[in-house]
Amino acid sequence: MPDTYITPQMRDIVGLELRRATSFPITDSDIRRWAIAVYYPEAAPRLFWDAHYAKGTVHGGIVAPEDFNPFAWLTQTAADAGVVAREEGFPGPEVALGIDPPGTKAIINGGTEVEYGVRMRPGDVITSVSTLSNYREREGRLGLMLFTTTEDTWTNQRGETVKTSRGTLIRY
Amino acid sequence: MAVDRNTVTVGTELPAFVRTTGFHNWNRYAAVNDEFVPIHMDDDAGRAQGFPGAFGMGNLMWSYLHNLVRDWMGDESRLVAMSCSFRAPNLRGMTVEARGTVTAVRDEGNERVVDLELAVVDHDAPDTVLVPATATVALA
Repeated sequence: MPDTYITPQMRDIVGLELRRATSFPITDSDIRRWAIAVYYPEAAPRLFWDAHYAKGTVHGGIVAPEDFNPFAWLTQTAADAGVVAREEGFPGPEVALGIDPPGTKAIINGGTEVEYGVRMRPGDVITSVSTLSNYREREGRLGLMLFTTTEDTWTNQRGETVKTSRGTLIRY
Repeated sequence: MAVDRNTVTVGTELPAFVRTTGFHNWNRYAAVNDEFVPIHMDDDAGRAQGFPGAFGMGNLMWSYLHNLVRDWMGDESRLVAMSCSFRAPNLRGMTVEARGTVTAVRDEGNERVVDLELAVVDHDAPDTVLVPATATVALA
């Protein structure tokens, strides 16, 4: 078991931009399918698929669930072009900056904090800018555990903030 | 039917959002979130990481918490913030229950702002908290 997983190269990328990605325009179908998946096997709310109903709400039309991810599959960003094979799983955010990830064997999602702004709608193009905030470590049930915090801000094509989020990855 | 903002008090409980989970739910979620990760598709991959088998996506539990809050507050209200920690895996065949309680109510301008304590628990062993969470909403 190492004393630390945090290499000098990893320390050097704290505070740096990890990823800047722009989504393809969100479609009605993207929203509808997301809502069906997260409500399965029961019906999704009409706000996400019934344009006539949605028009009569405070939103004036269909909006996406707050938890919707417009960056799944492809994005418009050149660096993300092509479907990425991930049979070995996601090793960590370091690879985005071209440095080796730590020598951990497992990675899990530790948690998320989000503040929401405007809703996402069909036709919106969302830009995400994420940075690596910090690393910290502690001993856990499974040995030395590495906590990696990233911050991500999403804006729409009008420059309005859709959400700001902070996520924690746990590796061990 | 959305909650009436005038009847919400500290201690008000949200109607639970309950799903029995497994590959039917996880595969649908993987398809929309491009989350085809071995630990969510293969019992051997889950066991290789120290779990009893394959387990569900934390992101799907995150969505279930949103569904819980959304179903309670209605389409006209606004989710201001939410946070959660992932503490225990959602194992295949488990019935998960997202539930919540009002912890604070205050007026800010024209909005009635409500803080919520939330959790996703194992429906059959409700002391097992998979995902503790909090949220703040502005009720219409």
